[in-house]
Amino acid sequence: MSLFNVFNIAGSALTAQGTRLNTVASNLANADSVAGPDGKPYRAKQVVFEALLANGQPGQGVRVRQVIEDSSPGRLVYDPRSPAADDKGYVMMPNVSVVDEMVNMISASRSYQTNADVMNTAKQLLMKTLTLGQ
Amino acid sequence: MVSKIDNAFSFQQQALGLRAYRQQVLADNIANADTPNFKARDVDFASALKDAVGARNGASLPLATTAARHLPGVAAAGPAPLLYRGLAQASVDGNSVDMDLERAQFADNALRYEAGLTFLSGRIKTLTAAIQG
Repeated sequence: MSLFNVFNIAGSALTAQGTRLNTVASNLANADSVAGPDGKPYRAKQVVFEALLANGQPGQGVRVRQVIEDSSPGRLVYDPRSPAADDKGYVMMPNVSVVDEMVNMISASRSYQTNADVMNTAKQLLMKTLTLGQ
Repeated sequence: MVSKIDNAFSFQQQALGLRAYRQQVLADNIANADTPNFKARDVDFASALKDAVGARNGASLPLATTAARHLPGVAAAGPAPLLYRGLAQASVDGNSVDMDLERAQFADNALRYEAGLTFLSGRIKTLTAAIQG
């Protein structure tokens, strides 16, 4: 029954967008973390989506293939009083772009809403189908 | 008699099956709206329905019968072929999902599915009235 597959597909998208929202939250929370457990500044994380495809059949949704670390350089801030400052007085800050993360967050939450809508529609159609002929 | 009732329902049954199938394809497009290099797909409903109904009436693959008393049989049509949607506006990541279009088609398809259910309900009511008098 194809309509039940809609639940799996929209559910996989909810999981994927939820992971994306999680990484956004992590990036925003650590936008000023100059040192992680390894002593280096935090690096922004990004999710990579991948479509679940079967040959000749409709796809089975989407999944997060991997979470990558953003390789762009961090920004340097002049703050000689900080304990993390180098010998010239500069502190290496995380490479998190707060504006980018906010845009990412809005996009992820809109996609999440859309897929929740899709699930609701599928549920309504199935409920109508169950009362067929009554 | 049973096959007559079956015939009365078969067209709407095929149509509903295809509508549900298309709903799945559209849900997949919406789920992959943020996946790089994903290409949106869809079903050509009119030709797919024609194929499904034609297969049922034995137009495509009838069972070969060699004796007069063999029961006739027809192969069911395979799954409807998936076509790639034409690109209205290119995006940098190679994704061809147009969210507005997909949402509109999804709502349209859901409505037509409900319409199909209503038609089928009406037919069931008609037959029930005929049987019960």
